[in-house]
Amino acid sequence: MDLHTLLFGVYPYLALATFVLGSWIRFDHEQYTWKSDSSQLLSKQYMRFASNVFHIGILGIFFGHLVGLLTPHSVFLALGISDAAHQGIAIFAGGVFGLMVILGGSILWLRRLFNPRVRAASRWMDINILGWLVLTACVGFATIFWSMGHAGQQDFTVMLRLTEYVQSIVILQPNPELLRNIDTVYKLHIFFGLSVFLFFPFTRLVHIWSAPVGYLFRAYQVVRAKRTA
Amino acid sequence: MKVRAQFAFVFNLDKCIGCHTCSVTCKNVWTNRKGVEYVWFNNVESKPGIGYPKQWENQEVWRGGWELKSGKLQLKSGSKLDRLLNIFANPDMPEIDDYYEPFTFDYARLQNAPLSEAAPTARPVSQITGEKMEKITWGPNWEDDLAGEFEKRSKDRNMHNLEKAIYKQFENTFHMYLPRICNHCINPACVASCPSGSLYKREEDGIVLVDQDKCRGWRMCVSSCPYKKVFYNWESGKAEKCIGCYPRVESGMPTVCSESCVGRIRYNGIMLYDADKIEQLASTPNEQDLYQAQLDIFLDPNDPEVIKQARIDGVPEDWISAAQKSPIYKMAVDWKIAFPMHPEFRTLPMVWYVPPLSPVQSHIDQGALSSDPGSVIPPVENLRMPLKYLANLLTAGKEAPIVSALKRMIAMRAYQRSVHVEGTPDTRALDEIGMSVDMALEMYRYLAIANYEDRFVIPTGHQEITLEDFYGHQGQNGFTFGNDSSPGISPNSLFPERRKETVEPLTPAPTADER
Repeated sequence: MDLHTLLFGVYPYLALATFVLGSWIRFDHEQYTWKSDSSQLLSKQYMRFASNVFHIGILGIFFGHLVGLLTPHSVFLALGISDAAHQGIAIFAGGVFGLMVILGGSILWLRRLFNPRVRAASRWMDINILGWLVLTACVGFATIFWSMGHAGQQDFTVMLRLTEYVQSIVILQPNPELLRNIDTVYKLHIFFGLSVFLFFPFTRLVHIWSAPVGYLFRAYQVVRAKRTA
Repeated sequence: MKVRAQFAFVFNLDKCIGCHTCSVTCKNVWTNRKGVEYVWFNNVESKPGIGYPKQWENQEVWRGGWELKSGKLQLKSGSKLDRLLNIFANPDMPEIDDYYEPFTFDYARLQNAPLSEAAPTARPVSQITGEKMEKITWGPNWEDDLAGEFEKRSKDRNMHNLEKAIYKQFENTFHMYLPRICNHCINPACVASCPSGSLYKREEDGIVLVDQDKCRGWRMCVSSCPYKKVFYNWESGKAEKCIGCYPRVESGMPTVCSESCVGRIRYNGIMLYDADKIEQLASTPNEQDLYQAQLDIFLDPNDPEVIKQARIDGVPEDWISAAQKSPIYKMAVDWKIAFPMHPEFRTLPMVWYVPPLSPVQSHIDQGALSSDPGSVIPPVENLRMPLKYLANLLTAGKEAPIVSALKRMIAMRAYQRSVHVEGTPDTRALDEIGMSVDMALEMYRYLAIANYEDRFVIPTGHQEITLEDFYGHQGQNGFTFGNDSSPGISPNSLFPERRKETVEPLTPAPTADER
């Protein structure tokens, strides 16, 4: 097994298994540490702008990747979305949301490093994970230049190979060979992105699991009785 | 009708001397931990003043509490969707400086400093960054006893419709203390705003708590509580608030702030209320009717119908009899001398306040307060404390109930004075407002003597009924920082660890023989 197979055939499962099991164990065992860990109390400056831009950007990126990479090729074609359109949407949406992550994330990262109160309350991992996310977004943004080159030549094989690769991971039939000859920048982005899943359970990112959508459907008041009977 | 019992409070402001014993005992018991150095579950404010955190009463700034939106009750900060859309950065969130930057002092320096001409000083140290602070510019009780300029304290929201210029003059200055804790509201805005549903009201006694394991730190409760009594622990990333000293209350003891009050101003007791009426009464259209609306939600614990329903709804027998002996019921309902603070926030708060009369008696003695001809009670409008101010604080601006309460207190005093000083009972003051001697004597017993067993009528929590496996809970004190089920603390945790290190310099002072 060479390094390539290790990185793109084995590492994804290491990362995803850690992501799922780690989250589970932490939720079960250390729920007191399960939180967004907001530092807004310590400094409101830049928070309103940067945090909103960052979060909206990263949500867009997440769902964009989810839909764009996991939808089978045949479904896209059946929906009448050509490969050219697929690539166009990916470049445009990825570009906009990616820039939002880079902009918002950088401001938040600088705030975390240089605001004395926020810095004092930051753990090592808080600084690292934010920097890692911004870096991942930067590499992801860089791939756009290669993708635009491909799109210009009406060559969609790289995009299709990437989606096929991700789907091969998800259906447990990993095919790292699909990535063998693509540009390094894509490989780098995939490695960075997979690592986010690996780090996930050990960081504040766990709060994503707890997105409080249920609040919309709940009565205002919560009354608890000790007895459940 | 659905009968629920509520553990409730009355604070008699007439006797509060602003000694802060309540704050200090509470601090020592509950919030002397990292992350909550700036948090005072109990604090005592000097009024007028902008308070803690700054301007907490001004909901134009913080958008706390409820409002009526086309007749329907909604959080002032917006709909549920609004809350979620603002979850990435709560626009109404106070910043640490709105409270104050917590500080300690470099005490070790006093002993470690090298020999010098000048005495060494202990410089302030920020309890967040651990850095030395140049100057402390705000603190938990910065306005103590009217400290600071009038301009600043006159920004007090309760003065917004007063002729401020008059009270700027030294002769017209007025002052009172306002001790504040969580109001354990019947219609709590903090609970309603919590996206993860971690805040809840206990069915058994109405105490409002934060589930520390379930809290995700979305911090909506912090801004939505109009009293600013939910705090963000910046170390744990969780919301924390006054827990009504529930481990004590469950054992029939008063809260630690109430127990330690040297002025005996605090009363703890049970109130029965109709949980079916909450939404309807909190939606009362006119703000000034909300005081009456909250009186209407209370149930008479001596009414056979109420007792019958209470038994059906699972209120234990000794809780019903405690409600019948409740000092809160006497002051709030029987005598109508206690009021909810800022009923216009529509949370139906359950800490009620007896308005302050002092320093009126010495004023009367000096003849400084003229009474109307033919009347023995001085017109309350002449009191030092502007009526409007008290009304803004306690009845959303409605003066009549405050006037009535103050008159009852004056009449009770006048009568007792005639008995104890002049030696001949004089009931003219009582007669004037139609108060019976019995009521005056009972008010005297509760307000002036304020014996322990009259102030605190607290039935024990019935763990044998409320817990399914009560033996399984034996030996647990009921308060943890989460992870009840955790087997222990591993020194090599991969997950984020608690930051427990203090900022104080730890170098020990040299011993005498080392010097």
